[in-house]
Amino acid sequence: MSVSAADATLAGGLPGDNPWGAPPRRRRPKLTLDRALFMAVFLGLPVAVFVIFVVVPIGQALFYSLTDWTGFSPVMNFVGLDNYAKLLDDETFLKALRNNVLLTIVVPLVTLVAALAIAVVVTTAGPSTGQVRGLNGSGFYRVVSFFPYAVPAVVIGLLWAQVYDPAAGLLNGMLTGLGFDGFKDYAWLGEVRAAMPASMFVMIWANIGFYTVLFVAAIKGVPAEIYEAARIDGAGRFRTAISITLPSIRDNVQTAYIYLGILTLDAYVFMAALAPGGGPANSTLTMSQHLMNTAFKKSQFGYATSMGVVLALVTLLFAALVFAVFHFAGGRDKKGDVRR
Amino acid sequence: MSTVTLDKPVAAHTDRQRRTPGDALVAGTSHTMLIIWSVIVIVPFCWVLLSSFKTSKEILSSPFSLPAEWSFENYTSAWTKAGIGTYFFNTVIVVGTALVLVMLLGAMCAYVLARFEFFGRNFIYYSMLGGLTFPVFLVIVPLFFVLQGFGLLNTLPGLILTYVAYALPFTVFFLYAFFKTLPDDVYEAAMMDGAGEWRTFFQIMLPMAAPGMAGVAIFNFLGLWNQFLLPVALNTQRENWVLTQGMASFSSQAGYNVDFGALFAGVVMTVLPVLVVYLIFQRRIAGTVSTGTFR
Repeated sequence: MSVSAADATLAGGLPGDNPWGAPPRRRRPKLTLDRALFMAVFLGLPVAVFVIFVVVPIGQALFYSLTDWTGFSPVMNFVGLDNYAKLLDDETFLKALRNNVLLTIVVPLVTLVAALAIAVVVTTAGPSTGQVRGLNGSGFYRVVSFFPYAVPAVVIGLLWAQVYDPAAGLLNGMLTGLGFDGFKDYAWLGEVRAAMPASMFVMIWANIGFYTVLFVAAIKGVPAEIYEAARIDGAGRFRTAISITLPSIRDNVQTAYIYLGILTLDAYVFMAALAPGGGPANSTLTMSQHLMNTAFKKSQFGYATSMGVVLALVTLLFAALVFAVFHFAGGRDKKGDVRR
Repeated sequence: MSTVTLDKPVAAHTDRQRRTPGDALVAGTSHTMLIIWSVIVIVPFCWVLLSSFKTSKEILSSPFSLPAEWSFENYTSAWTKAGIGTYFFNTVIVVGTALVLVMLLGAMCAYVLARFEFFGRNFIYYSMLGGLTFPVFLVIVPLFFVLQGFGLLNTLPGLILTYVAYALPFTVFFLYAFFKTLPDDVYEAAMMDGAGEWRTFFQIMLPMAAPGMAGVAIFNFLGLWNQFLLPVALNTQRENWVLTQGMASFSSQAGYNVDFGALFAGVVMTVLPVLVVYLIFQRRIAGTVSTGTFR
């Protein structure tokens, strides 16, 4: 028993969402000097750090994005929405935006389906007699598939850049070894057709394990009686997974989807390590890479921050979209059906 | 708290019941798929480990053979010449300090937000939540100048503070949920016995939240150890580099004179500590608070 209720709490969807616990009692204690001081210190310190290093820069970013600031001279002119208008004509930026959207459609979907499948198998797909449990030896798979998450994304990128290496790489070596001679010296990251799928695979490879662990913890938080009841009613494994497990951990799937979306809309680290230049014909260039180039190589800080703002807006839009989809798609299996 | 979960230990003899053919089929396919997946995960790691003992020439000419002689030369050259040693210590200092600070500040903030009613509580909580979704990219440029203003640009304390600020929303978000589930009775009992707010927090509530803290700390450790973007933009002096920056510099070198042996050795040295931490602690996050107090 290595993943516990502590993990389940970690993975437990939105805070305050405490499905099976007693509702927390609220009371308003008297405000003494001791308590006021306590709250001031406990809240003041973290909030100060947060405001100085997160909130203030966000505010500044919004302002800079409306100027033509170069970053190193104090001179800046207010240019209104010119930067944003320029973005609409920036072919490279639009290409990068399309790449990010593509990543955000494919990577979370594949990752979550695979992670859910593994999580279901290792928790509830075990023998149909006795207690509801996972496959034998499932702990091994859980530990192994989490490995990539423990590796820095930069290193994963480097590692896979070596695996994909045309001449000395592991992948081509194995493929030619198996008799597919067409892959000799095939540049996985150098061909327009292959670069994007190859990069996507790396991101999926890197993330499945983490979300598996998250879902395993969530599934373990579902009361066992529900599974036993479903089994007595004659539900098979697949039916149980679709009708019991999925609705029970819906909030976790939603949170995971948003997290992965944020990751793929950024994608900087993976892409910068796999193809620092943006890949063949910019086929793997992301908005974040373009932003970094524009800011720190071309010194167009005002313009670069307007890209950051667009990136933030796209991220918020994506999060709103996921919330909306889960809200409407979830209409049928409301929480009350499964949770008591 | 639900006490009956899938974790509940079961009497051994129920396992001995007969397996149906369907069970065998499902188990067979699942095991096959999972083994293929495990191979895809493990093989690249093994290949890197193997390559880290070879010379650069061997790596390029015969990528799959065993090394002619097992030497640690790549490791020493990566550690000293490529500067991995310095980066390693920088990373340990930065991540260690930031982790302690963020856990402390995060716990304090989450505790107050979760257990006290006051004006502006929701506003602070939702701003933190917003900070979780905002891409770091939006703020990377202004952040550069904020740090410069404090004289903290390109210094380790500056990097530590930035790490703390950006790990804070995540920490608060999850510890908030955790502090909410702690039983009120214990708090009230502590108050009744005359412990002030400070003592109640540090001696009663914080220890009770230890399992949750451990979980969040592990994720923070992994996240901070693997952090790349913040140091790349804010910590540009070579002697202050962290490991991920050192590793990235391998890939940006011109293709021909990359010291591949040192690269692979560097990958192993970066990955190993994290894997060890993970393997030790993945079994440690066991037990819940309520089992400890109520059963």
